[in-house]
Amino acid sequence: MAHHELTYQPKSRMAKWWDERLPIARLMHGQFVDFPTPRNLNYMWTFGGILTVCLIVQIVTGIVLAMHYQPSAAEAFNSLQHIKRDVNYGWMIQSFHAVGASMFFVAVYLHIFRGLYYGSYKAPREVLWVLGVFIFLAMMATAFLGYALPWGQMSFWGVTVITNLFSSLNEIIPGMGTAIVEWLWGGYAVSGVTLNRFFSLHYLLPFVIFGLVVLHIWALHVAGQNNPTGLDVKAKSETVPMYPFAIAKDAVGMFAFFLVFAWFVFFMPDYLGHADNYTPANPLVTPPHIVPEWYFLPFYAILRAITFDIGPISSKLGGVIAMISAVVILLFVPWLDTSRVRSAKYRPLYKIAFWFFVFTCVALGWLGSKPAEQPYVFWSQFFTFAYFAFFLIAMPVLGLIETPKPLPKSITESVFGSGGGMPAGAAAAPEKR
Amino acid sequence: MRTSLWFSVVPALTLLALPVPAGAAGGAPHIEHQHWSFGGFSGRYEKAQLQRGFQVYQGICAGCHGLERVRFRNLTEPGGPEFPEEAVKALAAEWPNKITDGPDDAGKMFERAAGLPDPIRGPFKNEKEARATFNGAYPPDLSVIAKARNVEYHGSWYYHPVSMIKDIATGYQEGGTDYIHALLTHYKDAPPAYTRNAGGKLVPASEAVAKDKASGAERCVSVVAGEEGKPDTCNKLGEGMNYNTAFPGGQIAMSAPLADGVVPYKGVDGVAAAPATTDQYARDVAAFLTWTADPSLNARKTIGWQVMLYLLITTVLLFIGKKRIWAKVKH
Repeated sequence: MAHHELTYQPKSRMAKWWDERLPIARLMHGQFVDFPTPRNLNYMWTFGGILTVCLIVQIVTGIVLAMHYQPSAAEAFNSLQHIKRDVNYGWMIQSFHAVGASMFFVAVYLHIFRGLYYGSYKAPREVLWVLGVFIFLAMMATAFLGYALPWGQMSFWGVTVITNLFSSLNEIIPGMGTAIVEWLWGGYAVSGVTLNRFFSLHYLLPFVIFGLVVLHIWALHVAGQNNPTGLDVKAKSETVPMYPFAIAKDAVGMFAFFLVFAWFVFFMPDYLGHADNYTPANPLVTPPHIVPEWYFLPFYAILRAITFDIGPISSKLGGVIAMISAVVILLFVPWLDTSRVRSAKYRPLYKIAFWFFVFTCVALGWLGSKPAEQPYVFWSQFFTFAYFAFFLIAMPVLGLIETPKPLPKSITESVFGSGGGMPAGAAAAPEKR
Repeated sequence: MRTSLWFSVVPALTLLALPVPAGAAGGAPHIEHQHWSFGGFSGRYEKAQLQRGFQVYQGICAGCHGLERVRFRNLTEPGGPEFPEEAVKALAAEWPNKITDGPDDAGKMFERAAGLPDPIRGPFKNEKEARATFNGAYPPDLSVIAKARNVEYHGSWYYHPVSMIKDIATGYQEGGTDYIHALLTHYKDAPPAYTRNAGGKLVPASEAVAKDKASGAERCVSVVAGEEGKPDTCNKLGEGMNYNTAFPGGQIAMSAPLADGVVPYKGVDGVAAAPATTDQYARDVAAFLTWTADPSLNARKTIGWQVMLYLLITTVLLFIGKKRIWAKVKH
């Protein structure tokens, strides 16, 4: 893909002048106009573009909000109300930013599930996938830091609960956890100092994400896009140029996504948040249920599912390890999956495992919003097991025992439907490395 | 794909269905959804209702609660009660809770009457003064109270996703409003009576038992189920507390603020005054407090529909364009 034919022809004198000095137009034309995309991509492939737009929306609205926001314990809550009431269209900008965070996660989860279904993480796209996981990690950090900024009850107590998790590291090296927690807080308790540094980092991280996104797109444009069949592109005729074909499709997906986005922004701006965050932060009053935003609930459920000590590891440290592992395990997906077939379309057993995994994530999300009592604890444990079993059991084992469905010989054959496929029941030999 | 979906979802559902006890939802009160003129994705505030709601706030709530994020000028602005500016100026000048200003040329702080740009102050200088007045209780500022409260879902787990989709599809955002209305209308005389059975468990008492002093019936605001072999715990109504079935925990420091006829509704703008009942007061003040928390609702929904229309038309046009571009490309 990196060596496709370029059709860029500078026409004006200005364009020629630049082309000989800094050929950005040539680069962009090559990567976003000529770039060959498989002709059989479906709408699940529009989320890359949607996510780029989500990031831009967050950065632009965030810069405007930062002009009016005051990151101090005394004024943060007030300044948010000031933005919503007195800044011209401040309510809209704030709503776009708050709802935008949720929409960003909706899109990223669909994007990740798409990758898992069609095997987009397999060679030669491992680096592309790993970069994506780092983007996801940076997004989670940014969202967590940003949720502290309104300085409501849920902001304050969310920060308190999550930063306190680091104190479990005291079990590994006594004193280390406490040192880290106090270093994060900038004191001996969550305070305005903490808020101040969280604001600073919340402004920094999106630009780190932006850099990672550039690398992610670079890696994508070297390996080329995967496609619903999971087969490699073998001929130029199997692709179409990005413009106008992929762009036209991306635009439809993007605007359909905007419809959902706008629905929440204009008709239910608070639905995805929590009512307790409209009460100013109060270190003396703990809310009855401290819950994170919906996009962290599956991980929160996993954190709370470990209610028992495992040998020398306490339930608290165990929960932290489980929660971190739940994200970090994504980094190893390219090497956990042993099947040489990419797409779940041709993997009957993996397909079942995949849909059960989707159900597992939704169930964990629901359980994460419930109080830590029976029967929710039991089911959190059940689905935590199911979550890890997908990666550690289903992915390596299914590749060895599964008989894939007959694969078409090529994308051409799958699109035009000529000739015979791979013989049915071909051995499911694991990928050779 | 469809078959595999069934393979995964059906066993999962059956597994989930088994051990969830019927009463797992717990003791939090159930709050009914009410009809609001500003409800859902199409509703707007009703000016007359916001004006009545302000009368209730002024006559009753303002005795203890401030509205400090709202400024007098907001009462004249479009999408709100839209009182005439002159009337609001007079109202601000007469507002009993003065504005502390200064320092003056002599370096002293002084008090002055409020004007249009000033916040609607409550009667207390600070939280400590309020708590000292109310025996430790604190009447919170009501500016964003409608957003700071919500109605929790208490149905069965399998209906929860349906309920969420229903809320999203109808644009339900009035949880806080429903809660305020419920709180103001759910003051009850005395907690129900409970008696202990042979095992020490608290069970609701019949009326006859409740009246019989010798039976030792207890009036519990809430009952915490005891573990195996231990008696239940009865949370009795605290001293100076009031019984309210909509309030989490059942007891609230605020005494019932409303009663039929306490606010003489004036007819506003030629609109006949609403009935002077507790329910109507609660409705109107809940609507008013929703406006104070969300003053941009009318503008938001108007712009929202313009945006939705634009996006819908553009999406359809883009889809047609995409169809034409891809028409000759098999994919």
